[in-house]
Amino acid sequence: MLTALLVMSFIALLLGAVLGFSALKFRVEGNPLVDKIDAILPQTQCGQCSFPGCKPYAMAIAAGEADINRCPPGGEEGIRKLADLLGMEFKPFGEDTAAQKPKSVAFIDENTCIGCTLCIQACPVDAISGAAKQMHTVVAAECTGCELCVAPCPVDCIIMIPLKETISTWKFQYPAPPDPASGLASSSDKITAMSGHSQ
Amino acid sequence: MTSYLLILISTVFVNNIVMVKILGLCPFMGVSKKLEVAISMGAATTFVLTLGSGSSYLIDHFLLAPFHLEYLRTLSFIVVIAGIVQFTEMVVQKTSPVLHQVLGIYLPLITTNCAVLGIPLLNVQEKHNFIQSLFFGLGGAIGFSLVLVLFAGIRERLDGADVPGIFKGSAIAMITGGLMSLSFMGFSGLVK
Repeated sequence: MLTALLVMSFIALLLGAVLGFSALKFRVEGNPLVDKIDAILPQTQCGQCSFPGCKPYAMAIAAGEADINRCPPGGEEGIRKLADLLGMEFKPFGEDTAAQKPKSVAFIDENTCIGCTLCIQACPVDAISGAAKQMHTVVAAECTGCELCVAPCPVDCIIMIPLKETISTWKFQYPAPPDPASGLASSSDKITAMSGHSQ
Repeated sequence: MTSYLLILISTVFVNNIVMVKILGLCPFMGVSKKLEVAISMGAATTFVLTLGSGSSYLIDHFLLAPFHLEYLRTLSFIVVIAGIVQFTEMVVQKTSPVLHQVLGIYLPLITTNCAVLGIPLLNVQEKHNFIQSLFFGLGGAIGFSLVLVLFAGIRERLDGADVPGIFKGSAIAMITGGLMSLSFMGFSGLVK
């Protein structure tokens, strides 16, 4: 019994050593910053930033090719987090980006819908249910309000309905100009983020 | 030398691991939709299987047998194979990120490929020595890759074929796999 335990532990230790060594030897230098930025982005893959998805946008930000204020679903809070992470100043939404609108969900006028499934293909989060020549409908709880389904609809039966603010959807509004004193709390984060960037 | 050549031919054709022993069917069905993916999967499995076969022999011969711990075979072989698969994944990720992306989930899944465990266990059963084990693993892996690539080629053509509705997709693939298995039985007349 004891020898069995010892032999198995020996095998495990040996493998662990080999794997640990090769993990160091064959380490892939990925960019940890991309993952951090990607974690902040809302993952709606809506493409409103003009990149095909959140990951490509994150890569563009990390490479310094894109501004941080191009993500409407992330809202101002998202820009603030990105600015914190990258040690940059907060920037309001640019004029060329879709301005931040009140959070809304898509609604399909079921009398006009012809069941063409074009909006289902456009939806990045699978929030529209329906089938060919059947009436479609939006699962409001899943809808991120990215408006990607509005353009492809051939009969213009999709409208965006702003969501009413309820107790469960209300969020604290940051005061408009960022308080310089609040930068102190995250200055250490900035240093680590910047040192990670330079590696 | 002849005996090693015999082992190779026997494992590739006569006792093909997929077609005759019916092991490793999950990648056979799962990774055979595209020819290039099948080729790279075959290469990764060849690497793992040969290395796994050799190191399992070493574990069995120098660790388990002296302490009469033969009952730990399955367990320790799985541990060793899982380690080798991890190692392969690291090497592939470093040397060829494109291949790593193409193989995706199938690379870790080599761990649960029953052919990879079956070959070391068959080695023990047939009392192979170290070199024989290596050749047995290599032959089994070449046989696996051969069948996988052939099947992927057939399935690519099946995609364009006019298959009756109820046979579309996996059903016709299963039937094709069965027919391939039948045709591999023809190789059993190769050795007398």
